Amino acid sequence: MTQGANHFSLERGLNAWREEIDAPVASFFSSCVHCGLCAQACPFFVETGDPKYTPIHKLEPMRLLWEQEYTVWGKLKKLIKDRIDAKLGRESKPLITDEMLEEWEPLLYDSCTMCGRCSMVCPVGNDIHYMIRKAREGMVASGHSPEGLLAASVRAVNTGSPMGLQWKTLEVQIKHVETATGLEVPIDKQGADFLVLLSSMEIINFPEYLEAITKIFDHADVSWTLSKTCFEATNAGIQIGSKDIAATLVQRVVDAAEELQVKNVISPECGHAYTAIRWEGPNAIKRAYPFKVYHIIEVLDQLRTDGRIKTEGKEMDRLSMHDPCNLARKSGVVQQQRSLMDLVAGDFVDLQEHGELQWCCGAGGGVSSNERAEPLKLAAFKRKKAQIEEVEPERMVTMCATCRTQLEEGLEEFNMDIPVVGLTEMIADHLVEKEKAEQS
Amino acid sequence: MTSMDFLLFIKGPMFSIAVAIFALGILVRLFEILALGRAHNYAAARGNEIIPGLKTIYRRFNPDPGTFKRSTFDVLVGTLWHVGFVVVLLLFIPHIELIQSTIGIGWPGLPNPVVDAVTAITLLGLVAVLIHRFRQPVKRFLSTREDYLIWLVTFLPVLTGYLAYHRLINPYPLALGLHILSAEVFLIVLPFTKLSHIFTAFVARYYNGAIFGRKGIQS
Ligand code: HEM
Ligand code: SF4
Ligand code: SF4
Repeated sequence: MTQGANHFSLERGLNAWREEIDAPVASFFSSCVHCGLCAQACPFFVETGDPKYTPIHKLEPMRLLWEQEYTVWGKLKKLIKDRIDAKLGRESKPLITDEMLEEWEPLLYDSCTMCGRCSMVCPVGNDIHYMIRKAREGMVASGHSPEGLLAASVRAVNTGSPMGLQWKTLEVQIKHVETATGLEVPIDKQGADFLVLLSSMEIINFPEYLEAITKIFDHADVSWTLSKTCFEATNAGIQIGSKDIAATLVQRVVDAAEELQVKNVISPECGHAYTAIRWEGPNAIKRAYPFKVYHIIEVLDQLRTDGRIKTEGKEMDRLSMHDPCNLARKSGVVQQQRSLMDLVAGDFVDLQEHGELQWCCGAGGGVSSNERAEPLKLAAFKRKKAQIEEVEPERMVTMCATCRTQLEEGLEEFNMDIPVVGLTEMIADHLVEKEKAEQS
Repeated sequence: MTSMDFLLFIKGPMFSIAVAIFALGILVRLFEILALGRAHNYAAARGNEIIPGLKTIYRRFNPDPGTFKRSTFDVLVGTLWHVGFVVVLLLFIPHIELIQSTIGIGWPGLPNPVVDAVTAITLLGLVAVLIHRFRQPVKRFLSTREDYLIWLVTFLPVLTGYLAYHRLINPYPLALGLHILSAEVFLIVLPFTKLSHIFTAFVARYYNGAIFGRKGIQS
């Protein structure tokens, strides 16, 4: 990587790892018995059969550093090696080199969506994706992160959106929604209960989402608002693995929420955005939020429980559902989407492995912003495809714009005629008209 | 040195050295892990850490159906020989007597022929696991010298025990000496290699369960 070469260096990378190595990491590296079970959990291995995609192997450089610097045995080995080298008058070979990190860059980025499935399966209990997230910090600091992700991060910092999308574009969409629904889309409303965030991917590919929440929130009398200064929920800093960038982006959300004095922030139908702001955000800025964070699905399910969503009619075709990794396995939202499906689906069938053991669509964790990873992204999708073929649905439902795009593109690639819909939209389609609801 | 001298050395000074290295080594190992600590987590928790952490310790003995299907051999044979190893280690009457004389607590054992059969199964299991390691592409790719070393130091105490019991090495004091020596090598090597998973896997499983548990997922 050439740009900003003075910013990135091997030493900075190793220092980032030194900061990241904690007790769980040490316990995981100490415990791995090279059984290879994690490979069977990873869509990138399963669909390519290439052992280099074994999850724990993706961490080998970081493991070397841990062994040499954080174990008595490793320190001793280094001491002896250095002695021998000194005796022979030769220079000691560095443990980790730029060439090595260059070789590992595609392993840590192109072939890992940080889906966390390996972490559920390792028999000694290693949380491998926890370590991959950490390993990426060192990759960024040493200048070994993919161009595509770097560009997205720079755009996110400079324009507020990883896709360079501006408020003007969103404003046009808001006007459309207002015309189509006859409802107002509240902007910068002080003291609203919920600040709604969106993702650029969603604004571009799935404008139906904004229309759907506008209708649902009107139906359920929810007080909400968008913020002109901050509408983007995703965090490119977390995908690439840079705490500094992550903190800058999270701070924008916090500032907007504090300025508008909202009590809650809603992450859109985007799994990554949700884990970014829900779990990583407070740690990036090193303080707890003065507001709560929910994924839109959690909010909708709460409205359902409170009896504030009244629906009529059901979809009668055979539907199945893709759980976004970030929402289900990595955030514990599993039942909510199923309760909502019950409301509007007459013929719903779950994929065999779902919820905390679902298979990744293959596009998350920055893979979809990394052009170089295209072939692997499609390969990993084949696992999802196989799962879908098992239950033969007529349509798929999901609640993440990245997953949805990947499912649509993947299914099209394999000539499978299975449309993909967002759950929020599906709920919006079945709302009882407000006047009718009030009469009953 | 007669075989009796050898046995006396192995049972005496060597045994103390091995136990000391093992005990100190494993304490250092656990200390160097736990001392690293964890950064404060500012994100509002969805769930508890401790209970899911403890549950995961138990749950990883029992893999999910998909993993079982995809790695049936690993799970079955791995479990089989591990259980065999522990049964032989802790339920063979002479072992219990040794433990009782060292730390003062004992328990009932299994009849010798049962232990003998379990030993044979454990040996076969270990051999099968080694062949699998050579042949399964992912395992072969991941394996380092250390993986073969820990296999060997695990295999030898079981093998020498079996040979000594069946009087296949003579004289008997030599056979017993070799068996105890291999167990001592096992103890000495344990803290410095992946064999430490015997202890650290519990720590790893706990952390895994705790990290997921905080987010409201049982891992
Ligand atoms: C009784 C003491 C133990 C000994 C001597 C031992 C030894 C070993 C050895 C040598 C291997 C590598 C086998 C191979 O080459 O495939 C292994 C694998 C393994 N050990 Fe242990 N272990 C012990 C206890 C434990 C405990 C307490 C746990 C779990 C908490 C555990 C979990 C595992 C797992 C999951 C594997 C991988 C199995 C596989 O390859 O499928 N072990 N152990
Ligand atoms: S499943 Fe766990 S123990 Fe086995 S190779 Fe992967 S990380 Fe290591
Ligand atoms: S987190 Fe997912 S994609 Fe990454 S190594 Fe683990 S199973 Fe594979």
